[in-house]
Amino acid sequence: MTDMSYAPTRTQSPTTKLVLRFILYILLGVFALFYLMPLFVMITTSLKSLDEIRTGDLVSLPREVTFDAWRTAWSGACTGIQCEGVRPYFLNSLLIAIPAVLISTIIGALNGYVVAQWKFKGANIFFALLLFGCFIPFQVVLLPMAIVLGKLGISGTIPGLIFVHVIYGLGFTTLFFRNYYVSIPSELTKAAKVDGAGFFRIFWSIFLPLSLPIIVVSVIWQFTQIWNDFLFGVSFSQAGTQPVTVALNNIVNSTTGVKEYNVDMAAAIIAALPTLLVYVVAGKYFIRGLTAGSVKG
Amino acid sequence: MSPILEVKNLYKNYGATEVLKDINVSIEKGDFLVLVGPSGCGKSTLLNCIAGLEPISGGDLFIGGQNMTNVSPKDRDIAMVFQSYALYPTMTVAKNITFGMKVRGIDQATQDAKLKHVSTQLQIEPLLHRKPGQLSGGQRQRVAMGRALVRDPKLFLFDEPLSNLDAKLRVEMRTEIKALHQRLGASMVYVTHDQIEAMTLATKIVVMKGGVIQQIGTPAEIYNRPANLFVADFMGSPAMNLIPAKTKANGKGMQIEIARKDADPIVLTDTRNTDLPENVIIGVRPEDIVDAALARTDDTQQADCLIDIVEPAGADTFAVMQLGGKHVTARLHAETTAAAGTAQRLAFDLGKVSYFEPETGLRLN
Repeated sequence: MTDMSYAPTRTQSPTTKLVLRFILYILLGVFALFYLMPLFVMITTSLKSLDEIRTGDLVSLPREVTFDAWRTAWSGACTGIQCEGVRPYFLNSLLIAIPAVLISTIIGALNGYVVAQWKFKGANIFFALLLFGCFIPFQVVLLPMAIVLGKLGISGTIPGLIFVHVIYGLGFTTLFFRNYYVSIPSELTKAAKVDGAGFFRIFWSIFLPLSLPIIVVSVIWQFTQIWNDFLFGVSFSQAGTQPVTVALNNIVNSTTGVKEYNVDMAAAIIAALPTLLVYVVAGKYFIRGLTAGSVKG
Repeated sequence: MSPILEVKNLYKNYGATEVLKDINVSIEKGDFLVLVGPSGCGKSTLLNCIAGLEPISGGDLFIGGQNMTNVSPKDRDIAMVFQSYALYPTMTVAKNITFGMKVRGIDQATQDAKLKHVSTQLQIEPLLHRKPGQLSGGQRQRVAMGRALVRDPKLFLFDEPLSNLDAKLRVEMRTEIKALHQRLGASMVYVTHDQIEAMTLATKIVVMKGGVIQQIGTPAEIYNRPANLFVADFMGSPAMNLIPAKTKANGKGMQIEIARKDADPIVLTDTRNTDLPENVIIGVRPEDIVDAALARTDDTQQADCLIDIVEPAGADTFAVMQLGGKHVTARLHAETTAAAGTAQRLAFDLGKVSYFEPETGLRLN
């Protein structure tokens, strides 16, 4: 331990304390501003007219607030030859993400339940292989996946993209649920078996009601992954089934003549909104679910 | 009538490891069977096999005369209470108790009636709408019992149900379980590592070690006539004194000589047991070594012994000494004059003495 007689005693006057506090908050404020700067630029730019962007300062506030860029981004911007804005693609993304998130979460929950509570021969190898699936880079599966989708007759369709995302997400969702269910005492399953409940009854009545925190984790994780996915979206879609990330890329890259920064910014914000919303609504459960330990009976 | 539970030549292996070897045990209706042994002896595995939660590797299992070897747990007409209580955390107490009936599709009126009956019996009515997380250990224990009682099964199974409770509550619940058994006349199988629980609750005890049954008997049989050194040492607290001794026939019976360090050997004469080998291990319960001055029976033999340690325990005082190279405990009166480092005249009662073969550990008399 520290030798107290040797260490100089540091008594701080109230003023010193106040000053230090002040410096601390200044620093925190500077960092917060630094991280918020891109968002600030995006929002202000999206609210400016093209003229103002050309003549004005990047970080200045709009002199005249206009929502024209947002309107254009939503329903008028051109992605290649079509000029319908991001709206149809936004809808595609919803049609892909919602079913894919639900299906991968449900199957992941069942997988995790089996691996954690119904140990079968080779359960550990099965789980290890699933985990391995989490670490396979996207690029590696592109070609085989294209062939599989073709054989199934769903290439270029929304169900095809749902299928891809469910397959790719299973490793993660299984991992989440398995780790959560492993902390639930196996005596609970035994008691339910003696009570006469079967495989699905035990899952439905006992495990699922305990699972809210981990369901939230799984949903946030999967939604973010699927919504933000670009590679699968660009590889396995065709005109009419592209997700919003692909549309955003097309809008930004296919401008003719003047670059409409305000429209690009508005489109980018629109594309990012859903994930932002999911975090705001369910964020605290996310942290809670990731750190949730054992369940006390 | 056929026995309520009959286990015949049961084996259980995990891969190449034999966990249970040739288990044979049966109980009649109303019996309270306790499986006792140190941890890892296979007692919980045996209970899980009886419940059907672990498949058995060989042998047969009958409950109520029916072969249940390959029947799933829900059809065995059993109820089980677990060590961790295993209450369903998201359900209220009432739902916990009625879950089994709900799964079996029993109508609501019957469920309500049974719930009321059981909750009155266990005095848990005020808790019915709480969740397990809001209950104390003792209350959870009661709810777990309620969940078993409501089934009204042929056989109750208990897996160390008291080991998570504090000492005082454990004694209370032990008495309560015993009262419940007497009131219901139910058949029970109970696993514990606590030999006092085994002695107080059981009508029949199975002592196990390393997956093998060491002895089956009533608590009195197990206590008074342990079948081998393991049982002798395991059952009873403080444990039975097991002292190496030499025997020799003399006119009146067997002369038993116990060596002592720095003193003449103690020589006792046993007139009941006459056919003993030369080297034996003599087993004497602490309560059979008492103050000579306070001995109640005349059938004792006395010797002066140097006391090493005196441990007052309230009702009794335990004195520890060295005999035959072993620590030997005597159970003396609370008001004994014995003091550490001094000699005390002690009386040995050979009425309930046990002799064991030193090599095999088996009982000789």
